[in-house]
Amino acid sequence: MPERIINLAEALRECLAESAARDSNVLVLAEGAEDPVPMFGTLRDVGERATAEQVIEMPVAENGLVGVAIGAAMMGKRPVVSFQRVEFALLAFEQIVNNAAKAHYISNGEHKVPLVVRLVVGRGWGQGPEHSQSLESVFAAFPGLKVIMPAFPADGKGMLAAAIEDDNPVIVIEHRWCHYTTGDVPAGYYTESLDGPRRIREGSDVTIVATSYMVLEAMRAADALAAAGVQAEVYDLRVVRPLNLSAIEESVARTGRLLTVDTGHHMFGVGAEIVAQIAQRRFGDLTAPPRRLGLPDHPTPSSRGLVPGFYPDAARIAEEVGDMLAIPVDKVAGVVDDLRRLRGDLPIDVPDPFFKGPF
Amino acid sequence: MDDHASVASEIEPAQLLRLHRQMLFLRMVEEAIAVRYAEQEMRCPVHLSVGQEAAAVGVCEALLKTDHAFTTHRCHAHYLMKGGDLVRMLAEIFGKADGCVGGRGGSMHLMDRDCGLEASVPIVGASIPLAVGAALADRLDKKDHISVAFLGDAALEEGAFYEAANFASLRKLPVLFACENNLYSCYTHLDQRQPSRNLTALPKAHGIRAWEVDGNDVGAVHEAAHEAVTHVRSGQGPAFLLMHTYRWLEHCGPDNDDHLQYRPEEEYGLWRERCPLVVSAASLRERGVLDDAVEDAMRAEFVTRIDEAFAAAKQAPLPEPAAAAGHVYA
Repeated sequence: MPERIINLAEALRECLAESAARDSNVLVLAEGAEDPVPMFGTLRDVGERATAEQVIEMPVAENGLVGVAIGAAMMGKRPVVSFQRVEFALLAFEQIVNNAAKAHYISNGEHKVPLVVRLVVGRGWGQGPEHSQSLESVFAAFPGLKVIMPAFPADGKGMLAAAIEDDNPVIVIEHRWCHYTTGDVPAGYYTESLDGPRRIREGSDVTIVATSYMVLEAMRAADALAAAGVQAEVYDLRVVRPLNLSAIEESVARTGRLLTVDTGHHMFGVGAEIVAQIAQRRFGDLTAPPRRLGLPDHPTPSSRGLVPGFYPDAARIAEEVGDMLAIPVDKVAGVVDDLRRLRGDLPIDVPDPFFKGPF
Repeated sequence: MDDHASVASEIEPAQLLRLHRQMLFLRMVEEAIAVRYAEQEMRCPVHLSVGQEAAAVGVCEALLKTDHAFTTHRCHAHYLMKGGDLVRMLAEIFGKADGCVGGRGGSMHLMDRDCGLEASVPIVGASIPLAVGAALADRLDKKDHISVAFLGDAALEEGAFYEAANFASLRKLPVLFACENNLYSCYTHLDQRQPSRNLTALPKAHGIRAWEVDGNDVGAVHEAAHEAVTHVRSGQGPAFLLMHTYRWLEHCGPDNDDHLQYRPEEEYGLWRERCPLVVSAASLRERGVLDDAVEDAMRAEFVTRIDEAFAAAKQAPLPEPAAAAGHVYA
């Protein structure tokens, strides 16, 4: 098969178009569903092979319309609701938490809510405190919801298809910068399992578990660390809930070290839950205290003058790993310097072209 | 009362007698719950509908079994009138495995898909968008079902109502908003929560046709509900039915709480005089289809039926603790 290099945004668009074409119960709802560039292009022409009724322009009424989508899902529809930023879903939190997450449970299994809610995490260009929150741990707090975070195009296309086929409400958290990642993406409809993390790099010295865009930073850090003789094993968590840590446990049993890297806040974050579970089950295997990287304990500032140090990056990950392994400072400093040099003079508020791949 | 109220005399006596029977049944069920609540075997909050029977009876009479109903925490009457089973309702309130949702929801979460009572949701206004969503699905599937959202006056203060009503009207969806204005949200009168206005102005502002009736006159409720349902089913878009009524007992629980003096004694007295059962009985007696003997026979029949249902619900087993972790994911 010839390679078909496309980015994640295009892969998601293909998935939505193919899902809507193969199942007339799939409904695509968004504010601006038929805009010239709908939902960062991910909804462009999704209705082309579906019926006109399947694409539904949403009034600007997030809670009400998520509720409408839940009611339709109870009757057998498979609505996909897309929000341009995670924060808009906070307006719909009541419906998501009380009705979507619990309808199956409260109805003693009678109702199913095959709903997908796509949420985009913004970053860069001064998005600021209410356009760049990564709230996966908030949604993951509720039994009944599934929460997934695709990082790569081929995986993301299949994960979204699986989410649409799933009979449960699935929150899809898409990092805006991951939309730019490219890779070889199969043509046509397929699904990828939502069963748990994927190992994307083997290593024996430390287990790094990252989510979404932080997987890309972790990969870059692992490449640089390898040059210094440190072998990091990197996992793309993919599915935050249900949280399946069996592969991570097995990895930590070999490496003895665990580092988590969140796109969200490190306190009460996904990493906190992973560290707690691994510490409970594998304490005896740990040779160093587990560590978490994530956003610091304050909101996201807008100005590029305030952003330095806010987001974990490959250099920070490398520093953290070096410290965990007690590697001589000068040896790690070289790795970190190299990573910083690679970025060059690129402004802090735009994605590094490195992250476009192809992966 | 408002000048839109019609009179029960326009309804056929046989039909009115049937509606009267259903209201009496609801009244006796709720009163039986209230009386037995002190036994502390019904260990969940209960929001009783005593005084509001005409709304549930009159609206449900206009519906088909295949229509979808979504309601609130005060759901007993809607559940039973939509066709729900009394034993399964009581078993749910008793927390039993045989309850309509296996003890997972209690009194505030009654549902039975077989009769179209799709969900009861205790967060004010939260079930309204669900009804609109069900209507959207039916419209897309070209089914002739309609959806009903039962709501109270306080739901008209919730954004969920406006968001759902806007979309329902925009898409001309087959949904009936059935609003029981019982004047109070817990202890707080409508006047302290909303400016003085006719509540039907709110749906009308969304381009939704509205009907307003004396919610204690079951004949009037049914007549208006029938018109509204006909409008909705014919594809002309959503409808809103405002029914003025009154809650006799406390917001939550089996007792009268008027010793707390949150509402005027005279007000309660006036509404008691306008009891839905008194209104219908007066009309039926006037027309010679109801007398003491008929009334006594109905009561005796219901006493037996309710006693048997309570006995069955009490005898039913509690669910196994392990069942609590089931049905989290489909």
